[in-house]
Amino acid sequence: MSLKECYKSLEGDYEDVLGRLRSERLVQKFVLKFLNDGSYDLLCRSLESEDYAEAFRAAHTIKGVCQNLSFTRLYVSSNQLTEALRSGWSQEAAGLVEQVKQDYEQTVAAIRELQKETGA
Amino acid sequence: MGKEQEFKQKILIADDSEMNRSILADMLESEYEIIEAENGVQAVAAIQEYGVELSLVLLDIVMPEMDGFGVLEVMNRCHWIDEIPVIMISSESGSFHVERAYQLGITDYISRPFDALIVHRRVVNTLVLYAKQKKLAALVMEQIDEKEKQSSLMIDILSHIVEFRNGESGLHVLHIRILTELLLKHLVQITDRYQFTREQISMISTASALHDIGKISIPGEILNKPGRLTKEEFEIMKTHTSIGAEMLEKLSFHQEEPLVKEAYAICRWHHERYDGKGYPDGIKGDDIPISAQIVALADVYDALTSERVYKKAFPHEEAIRMICNGECGTFNPLILKCLEDMADTLRDSLNSGEAGQTNEKELQDILEEKLNPGEASASERTLQLLEHERMKYSFYASMSEEIQFEYMVSPSMLTLSAWGAEKLKLPEVVMDPIRDSRVTAIIKAEDIEKLGEIIRNSSPKDPVIRYDCMAMIGGEHRWIRIVVQAMWSSDGEGTYTGVIGKAVDIHESRLRLEALEEMASHDILTKLLNIDYAGRQICRCLTEETGGRYMLMLIDIDDIKTANDSRGRLFGDQVLVHAAEVLRQNKGDNDIVARVSGDEFLFFTRCDGDEETTAGRLISALEGDYQGFKVSACVGTAVGEGGKTDYGRLFQEADKALMEAKQRGPGQHRTSGTC
Repeated sequence: MSLKECYKSLEGDYEDVLGRLRSERLVQKFVLKFLNDGSYDLLCRSLESEDYAEAFRAAHTIKGVCQNLSFTRLYVSSNQLTEALRSGWSQEAAGLVEQVKQDYEQTVAAIRELQKETGA
Repeated sequence: MGKEQEFKQKILIADDSEMNRSILADMLESEYEIIEAENGVQAVAAIQEYGVELSLVLLDIVMPEMDGFGVLEVMNRCHWIDEIPVIMISSESGSFHVERAYQLGITDYISRPFDALIVHRRVVNTLVLYAKQKKLAALVMEQIDEKEKQSSLMIDILSHIVEFRNGESGLHVLHIRILTELLLKHLVQITDRYQFTREQISMISTASALHDIGKISIPGEILNKPGRLTKEEFEIMKTHTSIGAEMLEKLSFHQEEPLVKEAYAICRWHHERYDGKGYPDGIKGDDIPISAQIVALADVYDALTSERVYKKAFPHEEAIRMICNGECGTFNPLILKCLEDMADTLRDSLNSGEAGQTNEKELQDILEEKLNPGEASASERTLQLLEHERMKYSFYASMSEEIQFEYMVSPSMLTLSAWGAEKLKLPEVVMDPIRDSRVTAIIKAEDIEKLGEIIRNSSPKDPVIRYDCMAMIGGEHRWIRIVVQAMWSSDGEGTYTGVIGKAVDIHESRLRLEALEEMASHDILTKLLNIDYAGRQICRCLTEETGGRYMLMLIDIDDIKTANDSRGRLFGDQVLVHAAEVLRQNKGDNDIVARVSGDEFLFFTRCDGDEETTAGRLISALEGDYQGFKVSACVGTAVGEGGKTDYGRLFQEADKALMEAKQRGPGQHRTSGTC
C-alpha cells in the first residue's frame, strides 16, 4: 500500500497534507509516528477513570495531530468529541467516544498496512 | 570548536503532543537549536533556565499542568515577554482565544493545520524583526554613551587646564566628579525631596567639573601663594565664583542647555554655606541649589584630603570628622548624612585609582570599536558569558553529588539539579512544591513551613540559612542539612524573590553526635543513666510538676565486696549489670533509674501509694540467686513534693535512710518520710 492509498483507506486528504508539509518523506515519517502517539491511550485511560478534563486535553491533542496530518475522518470525530468534552461528560460525548474509537481503529489499520509495505 | 559550531539561535517548542513538536522541530532544526517542553510547567522552567538566550517560543494553548495562557501570564509577570517573542500555534480558532493571546503579548498566531512554509517564514520574520530591534536599541545606547563620553572628555580637558595653572595634578576635578555622583545617587535614595534621573545625575556630575573655571582670571601669585592670603588677596580669590558664573552667562550659545544652567549654579554658589555664611551672595538653606550644595561638600572633602601648597593632607576619617563637626562651615544635614553613609565607598572609589584608569579604558573601548566594527556588541558578549556561566553551573552541579535546588516565589516553582531530582525521585521542576504531596512525603510540611518562615525573616545582609531536619530519601529516614541563600530583587525595593540552596546528607555525623550524647548521659557498664544526667532530669521534674508526690529510692546491693573478693571483679560487675536489668524491668515510663556509683542505684518514681510497699516490691524483685551468688539490696527512701522539695535535700534524706537500712542488715528498707 502506498502512502497515497493509505490516506484513501483512512479517509484523509493526501493532497492537502503534501501541500502543507511539502515533502512525501516527511509526511510518511509522521504518519508512521502516529502509531506511537500516546494521546489515544491517554484518552481511553482518562475516560475510564472519569477524568474528563484530562480526556478533553487528550481528545484535543488527537484533533491537533489529525489536523496537522490531514486525517480528515478522525479529525472530524475527535473535533466533535473535543467540543463535547469541553463542557464535561454527556450522553452526546458517550456516542462520540464510540465514533472516535471506530475511526481510530480504521486509521491505525491503514497505517499498519503502510508500515508492512515500507518494512519500517 | 570549529566555525561550524557557530552560535545557533535557540527556539523553545512547547506542545504536549510529541508528534506536533517533532513536526515543528523537523522544519526548524537545521537552522536553529530546538528545546522542547511537553507542558506549561516545563516551558516556564526552560524559559527560566535559558532566559534571553531563547530567541523565540512556539507555544501551544491546551497543555496539561499549565496551559499556554498560564505560560504567557508568567512571562508577563516576570517581564520575559518584553525580551522573548512568542508565536502561538493552536487549533483553538475561536476569536476569544486569539484575542486573549494577543493581549498577553504574543507576536503572531498560527492556526492548525499549518503550512510548513508559512511557519518557517513567520519564525524567520519574527526573529529578524526582534534581532533588528535589539541591534538598533544597542546601537542607540552605544551612541548615547559615546556622545556622553566625548563631551565629558572635553570638559575634563578644559578644567584640567584651569587646574594646571593652579599647580594641581588634575585629580581634583576628577575627584569632585566622582564624589558628586556618589553623593547625589545616595541622596535620591534616602529622600523623596530631590528627584533626579540617572541622566540628570550624570549631567550634574559632568557640570561639577567646571566649578573652578573662574580661577582662570585670578592672578597666579595669589592662586599659588604658599602662605596665608591677606584679606585683600582673599577677596580677589573669592571672585572666582562669580567670574566663573559670568563666563558661562556670557556664552553666546547653549544658554538654554541644562548642563550650562547647572554649571552656572555650581560655579557661582559652590562656596555658599547652609547657614548663609558663605560667598559670594550669602544665600542660605535651600535657596542654594542642591547641586551647588553637593559640590561644595565634595570640594571641601577633597581639599582636606589633598596636599596643597599651604597644607598637608588630612586622613579620610579625620576629614569626615572635621566636616561633620562643622569645622568647615555648615552644610545641609541631609547631605552630611550622605557623606557619613557613603564614607567607606567614597574612600574606596577615590583610593582605588579606578576613576583615573576608567577614562583610559573607556578610550580604549571606543578605539577598539572603531577598529573592529565586526566585534560582538556588548549585549551579545553578555549572552555568551551567560551561556558560559550556565555550562559551568550545570557541570559543577552534576559533579558535586549534592541535591542543589532553586526556588522561585512567583510563580511558586522548585527547580532541582539533575542529580538531586534523580536522588529524590522527583521531577526537575515542581510547581507549587509546598503543597505537592511528592515533596511533603520527603520533607514534612511543618519543616518546610518553619524553614520558609526563617527565610522570610532573613535579611539581604545575612541571607544564608542552615536548617537540619529528617527527610525520606530512597525509602530511608535520613538527617539532612538544608543550606539556602535567600534572593532579593535588585530593583531597590529588595523584595524576597526566592532561594538557591542545597541539601547535604548529614545522617552519619548526626548519628555520631547522638551516640556521643548518649555516652555523655549514660553509665558505661550498666547502660543506665548516669547520676549527673538523672539529677538534672529529677530537678526538672520537681520544678515543673508542681503538687505531684515523688519518692526517691537509693538502692545498695548487699555484699558486693564479697562477690568481688571471692569470684573476681568481673563477676562483681556482672552482678551489678544483672541488678540494673532488674531495675530497668521494674521501671515505668515516667520513672528515672540511674547508677549513682559503685553498687549504688537510684530509682525515682511517682509516689501513689505508701513508700513501704513500693520499696518492698523493689527489694523482693532484686532478691534472688545470680550464678550461685545470693543477691539482695537495702533501700533508703525519701518523699518529696513537686514545686516544694529541693533535689539535693531529697537525695540527702534518702541517703540518710539508706545508711540506717544498711545498719540493720541485708534486704532492709528505711524511709525518711516526706521532706
